[in-house]
Amino acid sequence: MAVNTTTDLLTPSGPGLGVRLAGALRLLRRWPVIPVFILALVLFAGIAAPWISPHDPNKQSLAERKLPPFWYEAKTEIVVQNVVQRVLPGQDDQVSLADAQAINPDVQIGDSIEIEDVARAGGSSKYWLGTDQLGRDILSRIIYGARISLLAAAVTLGVGGSIGVVLGLVAGWYGGVIDEAIMRFVDILLAIPLVLIALAMVATLGTSLTIIVAVLTIFIWPRFARQLRGEVLQLKSMDFVSLARVAGASTPRILFIHIFPGTINTLIVVATLQVGIVILLEATLSFLGAGVPPPTATWGGMVSDGRNHLAGGFQTGSWWISTFPGIAIMLTVMSLNLFGDWLRDKLDPRLRQIE
Amino acid sequence: MQKYLVRRLALAVVTLLAVSLIIFILSRSAGDPVSLMLDEYSTQEDIDRMMAKLGTDKPYYQQYFIFLRDAFRGDFGMSIKEGRPVTDVILERTPATLYLGVTAFVVSLLVGIPLGILSSIKRGSLIDQAGKIVALLGQSAPPFWLGIMLIIFFAVSFELLPPYGRDDWNSIVLPAVTLGWYYAAANLRLVRSAMLDVLDSEYIKLARAKGVPYWGIVLRHAFRNALIPPLTFAGVTLGALVTGSLVVETVFAWPGLGKLAIDALYAFDYPLLQGVVVVFTLLYILVAFMVDVLYAYIDPRIRYA
Amino acid sequence: MTTDMSTEQEIVLKVDDLRTYFTTRWGTVKAVDGISFDLRRGETLGIVGESGSGKSVTMLSLMQLIPIPPGRIVSGSIVLDGEDLLQKSESEMNHIRGSKIALIIQDPMTSLNPVFTIGNQVSEAIKIHQDIPRRSVMEQALSVLRKVNIPAAESRMKDYPHQMSGGMRQRVVGAIGISCQPQVLIADEPTTSLDVTIQAQYLALLKELQRDSNVGLIFITHDFGIVAKMCDRVAVMYAGRIVEQGSVRDIFNHPSHPYTEALLASVPKMEEDVDRLYSIEGQPPTLHDLPAGCPFAPRCQYAMDHCLEEYPTRTKVSEGHFASCWRLN
Repeated sequence: MAVNTTTDLLTPSGPGLGVRLAGALRLLRRWPVIPVFILALVLFAGIAAPWISPHDPNKQSLAERKLPPFWYEAKTEIVVQNVVQRVLPGQDDQVSLADAQAINPDVQIGDSIEIEDVARAGGSSKYWLGTDQLGRDILSRIIYGARISLLAAAVTLGVGGSIGVVLGLVAGWYGGVIDEAIMRFVDILLAIPLVLIALAMVATLGTSLTIIVAVLTIFIWPRFARQLRGEVLQLKSMDFVSLARVAGASTPRILFIHIFPGTINTLIVVATLQVGIVILLEATLSFLGAGVPPPTATWGGMVSDGRNHLAGGFQTGSWWISTFPGIAIMLTVMSLNLFGDWLRDKLDPRLRQIE
Repeated sequence: MQKYLVRRLALAVVTLLAVSLIIFILSRSAGDPVSLMLDEYSTQEDIDRMMAKLGTDKPYYQQYFIFLRDAFRGDFGMSIKEGRPVTDVILERTPATLYLGVTAFVVSLLVGIPLGILSSIKRGSLIDQAGKIVALLGQSAPPFWLGIMLIIFFAVSFELLPPYGRDDWNSIVLPAVTLGWYYAAANLRLVRSAMLDVLDSEYIKLARAKGVPYWGIVLRHAFRNALIPPLTFAGVTLGALVTGSLVVETVFAWPGLGKLAIDALYAFDYPLLQGVVVVFTLLYILVAFMVDVLYAYIDPRIRYA
Repeated sequence: MTTDMSTEQEIVLKVDDLRTYFTTRWGTVKAVDGISFDLRRGETLGIVGESGSGKSVTMLSLMQLIPIPPGRIVSGSIVLDGEDLLQKSESEMNHIRGSKIALIIQDPMTSLNPVFTIGNQVSEAIKIHQDIPRRSVMEQALSVLRKVNIPAAESRMKDYPHQMSGGMRQRVVGAIGISCQPQVLIADEPTTSLDVTIQAQYLALLKELQRDSNVGLIFITHDFGIVAKMCDRVAVMYAGRIVEQGSVRDIFNHPSHPYTEALLASVPKMEEDVDRLYSIEGQPPTLHDLPAGCPFAPRCQYAMDHCLEEYPTRTKVSEGHFASCWRLN
């Protein structure tokens, strides 16, 4: 029946707000211009970070701590600080006796004093997105943070993807005990709560990009293996494979020359969707303090930096320190998801089930 | 049914063993526990006595069995930070995590499933579009950031809800919403697409032809079938619940296992960290197993396969 | 199969000028465009056509199961047992569906709900439509299953669909159709996915059930072989309209519309030795921009200029035999 087979054909009758919104979303799906643009931007930022970032991402400036983004007029904050002989590094709530006496000559060590925090007067175009609690430029740190995210994603997917592809091909091709062994291993790895184990690993092995990537790789390859195995099972029974076999092609040749190309579409789709997952995981580990160690700029670490400077909210809090890197993560992952969905629909609609 | 459950149970046990092995290897590679506990004034006699006491004079595989045996008895040693048995500390913190997890789960069901059903039966409507945005945000926004945004808006700026801790009755709201959001989004998407498939099926047409009223179709015939895909993926997405509680408890200083794990990490309290990881994994695997059982109950094709 | 027998029976279903349109992105699709027929008790009417001819939409319109929007029934009447179904509210229709007019669906593999037992699904319509105690519901469900010759029906009640073969499932679907003794039963290609032996058994069963209950049966198919076996009368559909209607004998012996002729020619015959199967050239038209004239004209070997200008009027060929073709005037 020509009429009610494709539900896509059937658009609702009244062009309400919902329908117009649907139209806008569909347009995004048809050719995801905005997601592709965002992804290109992130990629560019990651590669060209040293040349495009306005400031040194690790340059601290205590005089310019917690500056708001350029459009924001933050009220000056009255902070209560303890008067001490010498301010220890990282102690936000202390002021030196000399500074304090400049304001009020009567104070003694051990007193508290109310000080107007002039450093937070207002945003400027020097720091577009403001500065963090150590006076580092947030925009520059976001640009450099893209590097870490991209690097982690690229290495994890490269290594994990390759392992997954090879084991998936082998499992699907040989079947039997080999298949059973590999797939049970995959099941177990997928059943382990990843971040928790990663945390334990990092606690004992220490934090470094290499270790983070290694941990992520261990947990990413099973997803590829599972998908690839399914593909091989389907392709295996096809005529061109039998022909290649009859023609005397060796097993590795059949696997990599004849079967592997048939799985490329699936592979691209799975990889795109996994990039988002890897970026989120890396950010989560960094946020928890189990990622790439400071002072290296990472998006997750930056969100964590701002956590202790929220008090006061929009009036006097430094909300921007956590907000902007989080937006960077969200936009990147969202773009990857939208782009991945679009790719999947284009290349391989059978994969609707893949998460 | 039995065969299926036995398989799932076997997987659960093997997974737990794998985790325990990883933990064991990690704990041994962290350094010799004996040298950590003694100082330079200890004699060889002290060292031998300590090794015998800890069992580190035995071969590794025996040590692993001792580790397993102790873990099985609920003995994870003493917490360095707290100076108390790890088990006591963990037991003290478990209720808070369960409370948060269950509340978040209920939130996600109450939001995700009705929205999913409404989105599917009112396709293209405003509610469908709103649902899509909720789902996209849930998929893309990292929970730790989402939690901080909620704190900025609802706690520190408008002071409607407490930002930290578990002192007031409404302390649960922000953590539960943060943790539940991801699941609500996942449930929404899965229920919606499953409902669309099911509502398009021949058996729904036949049920309509029998004279089953509209809501009977939606709630009785379609819904139960539409629960199958979300359940299938529940096992996969459950991992995010553990990750989520680590993150959410850290953000909201919620006194549960997740925060305990992070605190242990920062304090280099290995025995405590190991204990929490094992208990967490156990919880996770238990929940996954329960999901499998529920899945078999809802889909008879699994039960009799 | 005699036509005379059924003409004495009273008419249970009278469809008059039924039009069902769909609003799509590319315009209005006239899936069913002014069809009229009637059905008597104990009679079997075959509705024949290619896919896309509108026969399934006709079936859905009769059941009032057209998705609205995008579909809508624009005009016409469907009078069942003296009442116009198009005037009924949705909740009134729920009482009629399954009790007075029932459906046997195309594909037995997908038409049973996988998560409910057979007993549950067979008894559902009985539970909805008959105000009787639970015990009697189950007894009635069981007796219906026995009627469709399900072996060991009692234990089968507790089975799930995936535990049954295709043939058995089709019987269950049949049992659901007759469970409330409907006056009209619509069978939508009920045998396409079954193998030939099972198909023959099932058709015989349907025929037997019909004799017992005196139900009016509408048989939707694209297979003229089945029509010959099962039906008393035939309506041939093309592009949303009935192009020819008459008794099986008239249609087979004197096909008067070129499309019917072509359809009959494309049925393989055992007794004839043909080199290749006949097939109709060209494609059925897309329904959203139908030409003004006869929609079959582009594929018709007899087409005249006039055919492209105006839709042919319904012409009487003989008593009870009508066709819409300019060639007849």
